Amino acid sequence: MQRRHFLTLSAATIGGVIVYTLDQKLSLVSAQEKAIRIPLHFFDETEALIVAAAVARIFPSDENGPGAKEAGVVIYIDRQLAGPYGHDRDRYLQGPFESGVPEVGYQGKATRQEIYREGVKRLPGFDRFSPTEQDTALKQIESTEFFALLRQNTIEGMFCDPMHGGNVDMLGWQLIGFPGPQMTYVDDVDKHFGEAFRPKPVSLVGGHPIEDEQ
Amino acid sequence: MKTLPGVDVVIVGGGWTGLLMAKEIGSRTAHSVVVLERGGLRDSAYYATSMDELDYLVRNRMMQDCSRETVTFRHSAGERALPLRQLGSFLPGTGVGGAGEHWGAGSPRHSPDCFELYSKTVAKYGAKRLPEDHCIQDWGITYDELEPYYTRAEKLIGVAGKAGNIRGKIVEGGNIFEGWRSEEYPLPPTKIPYYATLFKDAVQSLGYHPFPYPSATLTEFYKNPDGVARPACTYCGYCHAGCMIGAKAQPTNVLMPVVGKHKSVSIRTNASVRRIVHESNKTARGVTYIDASGEEVFQPAALVFLGSWTFNNTRLLFLSGIGQPYDPATGKGTLGRNLTHELTLPAARVFLDKPLNRFMGTGSAAISIDDFNGDRIDHANLPFLRGGLLRANCQGYQPILNFGPVPPSVKERWGSEWKKAAVHYYDRSAPIVFIGEHLAYKGNYMDLDPVYKDVGGDPLLRLTLDWRDNERKMTEFMIPKAVEIAHAMGAKEITPFPGLKHYDATRYQGTQVHGGTILGTSPENSVVNPYLQHWQVSNLFVLGGSVFPQKPVAGPTLTILAQTIRTADAVIDRYLKKPGALA
Repeated sequence: MQRRHFLTLSAATIGGVIVYTLDQKLSLVSAQEKAIRIPLHFFDETEALIVAAAVARIFPSDENGPGAKEAGVVIYIDRQLAGPYGHDRDRYLQGPFESGVPEVGYQGKATRQEIYREGVKRLPGFDRFSPTEQDTALKQIESTEFFALLRQNTIEGMFCDPMHGGNVDMLGWQLIGFPGPQMTYVDDVDKHFGEAFRPKPVSLVGGHPIEDEQ
Repeated sequence: MKTLPGVDVVIVGGGWTGLLMAKEIGSRTAHSVVVLERGGLRDSAYYATSMDELDYLVRNRMMQDCSRETVTFRHSAGERALPLRQLGSFLPGTGVGGAGEHWGAGSPRHSPDCFELYSKTVAKYGAKRLPEDHCIQDWGITYDELEPYYTRAEKLIGVAGKAGNIRGKIVEGGNIFEGWRSEEYPLPPTKIPYYATLFKDAVQSLGYHPFPYPSATLTEFYKNPDGVARPACTYCGYCHAGCMIGAKAQPTNVLMPVVGKHKSVSIRTNASVRRIVHESNKTARGVTYIDASGEEVFQPAALVFLGSWTFNNTRLLFLSGIGQPYDPATGKGTLGRNLTHELTLPAARVFLDKPLNRFMGTGSAAISIDDFNGDRIDHANLPFLRGGLLRANCQGYQPILNFGPVPPSVKERWGSEWKKAAVHYYDRSAPIVFIGEHLAYKGNYMDLDPVYKDVGGDPLLRLTLDWRDNERKMTEFMIPKAVEIAHAMGAKEITPFPGLKHYDATRYQGTQVHGGTILGTSPENSVVNPYLQHWQVSNLFVLGGSVFPQKPVAGPTLTILAQTIRTADAVIDRYLKKPGALA
């Protein structure tokens, strides 16, 4: 039987952090002191820790607001890789596989699951590096398909609907002033010129999609 | 192979053209019609969860499944083509409604001179000014002939806009450069959000002529001549994921309510057409397709319409052995020639100091200028022909696809410095988009790929396509115009487009690919006649953008609908009474 892997995070780093940026002003509300064990669907724990550390350097948590860590980006990526996206069900996978000019796009045989699995192997111990060492290591892989995916998936995990496991508490949306899916702006679309109009965000799910399995 | 009972009409593809033809024949005749759609059924309930950017717009839920079928691509005939393994520069749709479900609803007409591009250009500048390897040609129909059908198409889908030329009378506030119109638009223009308003004020200060972009998103409750009623747009900004309320015209909300009522019309979904069955390139006998259970069936029919978008219209003729494939070396043959795509690029990205609230909008809530379009500027001393429009669009922006741009002063693309700037400018930055005319060239064409196959074992369509100096120099000319406008808008920083090099199949440009089965004045220069009837196989018609001999600037949908209505009239009023060549 395959061993089930978990990622253990404190509630202070994922969930429980609510950040409002009405008119770009940040305020941190509550953070409960409680550890959360999140079951992983694709990564093992070592891989998840490396990916979590890498996406936290791509989209850091800093004085300009929360980042990939609080938004649960690693969980989002884990869920995506476990599904059809990770198996490249959307890609044309018939051979022959040959390399071509950049304008024809990625031509490799490796699926996104395989790209991540191989890519993480090139970053052993990454989660224990200092931030400066981490940035140096990422710069060395900047031109790889793995890094391109990592950066793209980080943006997705920051700003997707929370139903996909990222953008926890809609904090990515709050960071940039995106209100999520709203049914109408008919009375506002040609008003608020030059001013930040920031309706309270809504998402397609009411609660948090990650179950606490402790 | 199972043979089904024969029908009068079989239509390949359940998108704008196929369902429009089904509606016209179903409403005006008693003929039996079968529509074959490779994808699934789609109704308004399908869009109940469509406000999900990741699933619909990033993972392309509504689009052609590349794992089953794609195209191969190369820049020139000497190279080996490789498959586009995932969608990039264009997004072919699938399922009932086709690409008409995810379009942005921009609904301008083509400029009159686009229909006579060859003769007008030669008359003004001489044949020597045409690019050496061009193969542009006249359409064989004129704007004046198409005008009544444009008017009918605008009423069918409910276009919102402001006329600039009513029967020759110039009207301020509309596009004063447009071709004459017999009447005002059916609905007033869309509301104009802040970013497009900034653009409007700027271009006005520079002496240009802004106009609200015509859009098939309703600005008021509207009932079309078929009695189909739809509500006004709410500017929610999710047009490209399919309209949940039916305000944006889509085949499912404009045509299906009528088509669905006709007992003489049936729509079969999950039906992938493989061949047009014909007798010695003269008479079509029907089509074969793989049905939902995987069985291959023959559907005999007296009349066949192709409405399966540019790629499959062309590919089905190749696979069926109908017509003579184009040979770029000799210029002989017509099938596959004149491949064009829209030239769309962010001529300048504007970074402003005020928030734009860009999440509000609708597919084509835009201000545009046509001052550099077509032949409005004198090209006598310019190194290119034709031109294009500049536009500020407020389509409603979602964050995954739009987060990240930073001004030129920021060099990083990840990490703290990038994040700070990308967050700050997320809602303070937008592009001024240039859409240019794409001429047709001898070396840009389609044929069957010799190596790569689809899931059913048939060869993929191969695209051979690259930009030429005309597009590159046109772009070079337009970038400074966009930068000038950006300055007038008060830009803090500006990123000009770096310049056009080779055609990039990974960068989305637009789902407006043309050619392959072009129309024209004779069987020597075209696949179909001006009624879109195949020159050799007179009971076969080809509908859609595949008949355009080159790419005008305006979005193609309205013209495609107008041409389809014109063909429907000719078929119903003339062909069905006396089958044979219409031209």
